[in-house]
Amino acid sequence: MTNMRILIKNGQVIDPGQINKKTDILVEDGKIQATGSSLQIPLKDSKSITIIDAKGMVVCPGFIDLHVHFREPGFEYKETIATGVDSAVAGGFTTVCCMPNTSPVNDSQSITEFILHQAKIANKARVFPIGAITKGSKGEELAEIGELREAGCVAISDDGIPVMNSLVMRRAMEYARTFDLPVIDHCEDLNLSADGSMNEGFVSTELGIPGIPNAAEEVMVARNIFLAELTQSRLHLPHVSTIGSVRLLQQAKERGVNVTAEACPHHFTLTDEAVRSFDTHTKMNPPLRTDADVQAVKEALRDGSIDIIATDHAPHATYEKQRQFDSAPFGIIGLETALPLTLNLVDEGVLTLEQAINKLTREPARVFSLPYGTLAVGAQADITLINLKKTWQLDPNRLHSKSRNTPFTGWDLTGMITKTIVGGRIVYEAD
Amino acid sequence: MNLKRKDLLGISSLSPEEISLILDASEPFKEVSGREIKKVPVLRGKTVVNLFFEPSTRTRTSFELAAKRLSADVINFSPSSSSIVKGETLLDTARNIESMQADIIVLRHWSSGAAEMLAKNVRSSVINAGDGWHEHPTQALLDLFTIKEKRGEVKGLSVAIVGDVAHSRVARSNIHALCKMGAEVRIVAPRTMIPLGIHRMGVKVFSDFDDALPGVDVVIMLRLQLERQGRSLFPSIREYAKLYGLTPERVQRANEDMLIMHPGPINRGVEISHEVADSCQAAILDQVSNGVAVRMGLMYLLSQLN
Repeated sequence: MTNMRILIKNGQVIDPGQINKKTDILVEDGKIQATGSSLQIPLKDSKSITIIDAKGMVVCPGFIDLHVHFREPGFEYKETIATGVDSAVAGGFTTVCCMPNTSPVNDSQSITEFILHQAKIANKARVFPIGAITKGSKGEELAEIGELREAGCVAISDDGIPVMNSLVMRRAMEYARTFDLPVIDHCEDLNLSADGSMNEGFVSTELGIPGIPNAAEEVMVARNIFLAELTQSRLHLPHVSTIGSVRLLQQAKERGVNVTAEACPHHFTLTDEAVRSFDTHTKMNPPLRTDADVQAVKEALRDGSIDIIATDHAPHATYEKQRQFDSAPFGIIGLETALPLTLNLVDEGVLTLEQAINKLTREPARVFSLPYGTLAVGAQADITLINLKKTWQLDPNRLHSKSRNTPFTGWDLTGMITKTIVGGRIVYEAD
Repeated sequence: MNLKRKDLLGISSLSPEEISLILDASEPFKEVSGREIKKVPVLRGKTVVNLFFEPSTRTRTSFELAAKRLSADVINFSPSSSSIVKGETLLDTARNIESMQADIIVLRHWSSGAAEMLAKNVRSSVINAGDGWHEHPTQALLDLFTIKEKRGEVKGLSVAIVGDVAHSRVARSNIHALCKMGAEVRIVAPRTMIPLGIHRMGVKVFSDFDDALPGVDVVIMLRLQLERQGRSLFPSIREYAKLYGLTPERVQRANEDMLIMHPGPINRGVEISHEVADSCQAAILDQVSNGVAVRMGLMYLLSQLN
């Protein structure tokens, strides 16, 4: 595998903040060997060379998703690590961080090692586990965070289940700081969200579906920001969905709190109006909000208060979503639609193409201190090739994920991944 | 004219013309229920399944009587007596019923949108007999029928809906129905029972009952779900009854011949005092008899399509 070279020619190379021009990239031994035009290739050499003509393509660092659910161990009928990474590389992602809400919860070294082992067998995208904050994600006692770190976890979270006890959260942040680990908290006050299954507002009023108010998120965003300030620790806010959260985030950043944040494509693409169909593929947590919230999230992506784009890829079996709205599980898959939905922001003038790519590559690498997301010479050759112009219709049966739970079925999407390279190896090619 | 739809899922998607069509079609069936032999052969050979996931006496009985008076074969399914308790999904249950060639499925379910989901997945006609807090269209239709019967017309009337609007499918269906038919609608409830943005449905919002009453022609009292007391929606039944109960004194504040309605079952002494419930202005029992006629009219129209 590594005894191979790849020359990517004539592409528009975008390495955010570094390169944005038509040039070539030479990959050797799994690493970026050189970038520049008319690269010299030694001819008398035993190594084979693959030449990729990337004319008309964008060539950028492989995407990094800090928020996926690969369901293994425990819910292999929804997704396995193998099908998860298939979906990742088809979406241009070369690195993914998987949340610990498996069964059992990833709160121990052995589960972390198991996940890494499965990822090694699947051998496609790089997989980094996120460890649990508390044992069993019960919100009571801290998990063995030091050991989780040592086993390979890159952050901690009780994802899906907010740590409701503020003292436990404070201690988790303090303890995580020992290892310089980011702490992620799913921001939702469970008393306020109660039995809600969609955004609380005019649409939920008309539909008679129990609502989740913006305040359920904002109360916890505020609490977590204050705790991060108190403990001087690294806080990462997942799936920011409300105008109030954005405001809190902007204020926190202004006063220098060590906080980063992500937005999900569905939260800047759809509003709660989509729920009128009672389609359970419009049910996710946090829920689809109103247009004012969507505009605020976009603005925050533009001004940088939201650092990155993450998918919250949450696979569920078809029969689980074929239920009444309130009994269907929350969540949709997102790895294979992230690029075109993000490119819509470029079309709308919210982000430049380079900024959009930055939020899928260099920025997520920075947030979790990962040594990827760059095309610098000597870096691992994780590269994604994109055809920006190509329009395709989303047929859920052609997705690589094991699950089909997407609200974008039938949508015409523009922007297609043509090749994905991980460590100098082509792991995905579009048909 | 026919009703050009397979299902009746809610009032929100009906046009005023369709509403009038159903009300007009129901008129002759009222007379059928007054006959000595209360049966017409309109649905002979058809099968109607009452699929009730929530306990209900009034609505289920009303649908059952309506179908039987139209000569249909009627089957009642309820959770305690079927596979629902064994964990079968709604969709699987419904597909099984469909496989037994049910022509009409009448669904009552605790989930908002359940009827809509069912209708998309089965060929049988689906009538929504109440889904979560979403809609209860036949209740709104029978309320309109009753108002028309008593007042001649709905248009121009001022109607107050009093009580837990947030958790009420009766309120939502009635708001849609009354607004579409040209009535002015007032919502009266403590703020904990008024859902966000309800004014955008075209209603006036009041939290003081006494302020809302002057000029009101019809009042619809919602049943207070007593089990909600633990959920901080109201502090006590006593305080609720004092602030939002319909008493003879409050009736005095409204228009002289105000029509008093209630979807039942009533909590005497809570949302409605017994004097008011038994007064001649109360149309509560007329609502019940009209319910049968309206459901007959509706099933007749739906069967015309097939």
